[in-house]
Amino acid sequence: MYLKARKIKDRISGGWVQLVLVFVFVLPLGILASLLYKSWLIMQTTGIGDLLFSSVWRPLAGEFGFFPFIISSIWVTILGLLITAPICLFTAIYLTYYGSNRLSVFMRPVIDILAGIPSVIYGVWGVLIIIPFTGRFLAPLFGYESTGFSIMAGGLVLAIMLIPFILNILIEIFRTVPVEQYEASLSLGATQWESIKHVVVRRSFPGIVSAFALGLSRAFGETIAVLMVVGNVVGVPENLFQPGYPLPALIANNYGEMLSIPMFDSALMFAALILLVVVVFFNLLSRFVIIYLEKRQ
Amino acid sequence: MNQPIISIKNLNLYFGKQHVLKNVNIEIPQNKVTVILGPSGCGKTSLLKTMNRLVDLHENVKISGQVFLDNEDILKDNVDITRIRKKMGLLSQKPSPLPMTIFNNVAYGMRINGIKRKRKLRPLVQKHLIEANLWDEVKDRMNDPASRLSIGQQQRLCLARGLAVNPEIILADEPTSALDPLSSTIIEKQFVELKRDYTIVLVTHVLRQARRIADYIVFMYLGEVIEQGPANEFFENPREEKTKAYLKGAFN
Amino acid sequence: MMRRIFKIIEERFFYGLMLASTAFLVALLLFIVLIILYKGLPSLSWEMVSQTPKGGYYFGREGGLLNAIIGSLYLATGAVVIGLFISLPLSLAMNVYFRNNKKLVNAIRFVLDLLWGIPSIVYGAFGFTIMIYLGIKTSLLAGIITVSIFILPIMVRAMDEIMKQVPLTLLESAFSLGSTNTEVAFKVVARQCFPGIVTGVLLAFGRGIGDVAAVLFTTGYTDNIPTSLMDQTATLPLAVFFQLGSPIPEVQSRAYAAALILTVIILLISVVTRFLSRRYYKTSIK
Repeated sequence: MYLKARKIKDRISGGWVQLVLVFVFVLPLGILASLLYKSWLIMQTTGIGDLLFSSVWRPLAGEFGFFPFIISSIWVTILGLLITAPICLFTAIYLTYYGSNRLSVFMRPVIDILAGIPSVIYGVWGVLIIIPFTGRFLAPLFGYESTGFSIMAGGLVLAIMLIPFILNILIEIFRTVPVEQYEASLSLGATQWESIKHVVVRRSFPGIVSAFALGLSRAFGETIAVLMVVGNVVGVPENLFQPGYPLPALIANNYGEMLSIPMFDSALMFAALILLVVVVFFNLLSRFVIIYLEKRQ
Repeated sequence: MNQPIISIKNLNLYFGKQHVLKNVNIEIPQNKVTVILGPSGCGKTSLLKTMNRLVDLHENVKISGQVFLDNEDILKDNVDITRIRKKMGLLSQKPSPLPMTIFNNVAYGMRINGIKRKRKLRPLVQKHLIEANLWDEVKDRMNDPASRLSIGQQQRLCLARGLAVNPEIILADEPTSALDPLSSTIIEKQFVELKRDYTIVLVTHVLRQARRIADYIVFMYLGEVIEQGPANEFFENPREEKTKAYLKGAFN
Repeated sequence: MMRRIFKIIEERFFYGLMLASTAFLVALLLFIVLIILYKGLPSLSWEMVSQTPKGGYYFGREGGLLNAIIGSLYLATGAVVIGLFISLPLSLAMNVYFRNNKKLVNAIRFVLDLLWGIPSIVYGAFGFTIMIYLGIKTSLLAGIITVSIFILPIMVRAMDEIMKQVPLTLLESAFSLGSTNTEVAFKVVARQCFPGIVTGVLLAFGRGIGDVAAVLFTTGYTDNIPTSLMDQTATLPLAVFFQLGSPIPEVQSRAYAAALILTVIILLISVVTRFLSRRYYKTSIK
């Protein structure tokens, strides 16, 4: 009897486990399908080419050109990555090859807390610090007029948010470089920096590339913090100190009116679809870069 | 015995509270194969890494004493470590080819030291690969990644790479422990060849290997030097009780 | 000689850069927390954490953030509970049930990585389409479901990391005593990894409580504390977001107070997580 009860228990929970498995495989397909389904209407009426490359944004007239938003997203993302890349690389190298164990133990919570701070807090901080810094200091420095709400501010806030994310991956990657290779280079008379440059960075190059690809996909979808500092003005920005309007901000700002204007909801779901496709693309890319380059080495 | 190339005086090494090397005094003769012998955990590897100051990478290291290389104390703070390390090629337990082509592995050290032109590098790379007895096997695939070589070939590649920076000394830390018997024999033979031009310091716990190639022996046990002297004396007439016991196989 | 000097300069230069960026990180964290404290503390009062908004609150009159605090706690707790029902079996499936099926396990990890990379705004949009499709209104329930899907990969990843480290010998000895899969999974592995599971839960709780983009579409916003799952609800991050946009300084300063409360919650979670994982490494069988 007892044995039978155990068997039944095993059946039931085993069944639940299988159900969960199915759910996990269906979920990404479900997300893709639902966004495709909702944005089908606008893709039919406007055509994907026009949606992606037209700059005319007049929802009331039924004209939806996403070009300004796509450009803003690209600008903010690239800027954020460029600013964050050297900081992450240098810190990761320092922590793995120069710093003491004590420093690593001290830095772990620092990185973890930075990673845990919600994006809305980064947004508040950005409004308080980055906006005046950009408007009063950076823009005049480069000879521009700006309120501070700009692509530049978005890039800066994004760069800061990306630091813990990319840094964690990089540290992980540098740890996998065999110490023997590093020591071999040192014993040939190379300095520490030369050994890092020629051996460590070279060896972990695929990892570094994929870390930044992952960072890029994270940056592309970041919503609230960027929204709060980027200005949200529709139009193709001419320089980095003009406001921009990235895709996630567009979706977040307009969810209220979404259902009151015809086709608007379909348009916003199309924006979400673009985000999904780009993000998944770069995730896959980072995976394949690793596999490909590791095979070659 | 001719003038020692390395002489170590009252060397003490601590990792944290652990006393790894205890008052070590050693003289290493030039152009000979010196074997540092002892059961594992006796501080052989730490001694080797002190000689080219790779111990600097460890944390909480405390060193006292002196290590003279060509009459210069290399443990002093103001010594240019890279210059010291260049004088000693290191061969580690597991071959550690750098993540680049065969050619670039050998050229790496020379490039670091300022020889950049391929025209100049090519004959040098060839020369050192011949010295390491690897040239014939790799001359047609110099641009393959080094990781594609067999383990034995990789170890000889590391030897060639070390020779390419014109060291005076070759430090070898159980260089054959990861190799098959055939590859081991090639490396051992090569050491005997190379001692004409280089001084070789070999760490091992394999007694037979020491018998085969040693000219001079340093026997260590638990961080202390128990006995040192010319190889034939060491094997024929050991002075210390511990040595006798070790030679009989008591510690293995 | 010149080359040597150049080398030394290069070495020093990059060493300086590395030191500077590491110091920058520490300074950055301090800077962020201090600014939030500096702005939030003056506007934080007992009223803020004990009252819901009263009439005229959004013009600077009386009231507090209790609706958002409670709403956030409800939302994150609910999402974590639902998440647990999916993530725990899933990570057990990878590490006990299908341990031998490398292909399947790798496929699951791949899908999870994919889900992990999807931004929360896309989850929000997805949740929204599902809501419309099922005819549910914006509500606490819709928010909970959306957030639970969004934190799912975070939870599984944390649990999987820990369960991967359970030694094979432990599993083997449990199986050789005649245990069923389920018994090994829930009685041995889940128990052995309990602190790790709690860590994963806390991590996900922190993520869930701090996110705006996923709940923007789904929870609505109300000044009342929700009394049922079908009520709309406010959340702390939404309170920050909405009130910061107000032109009235009093309301803005309440955004700072909300930001401070949120930060304190996150810091608390981080401290507890750290404490737990330290204890875990002391007590677990290695």
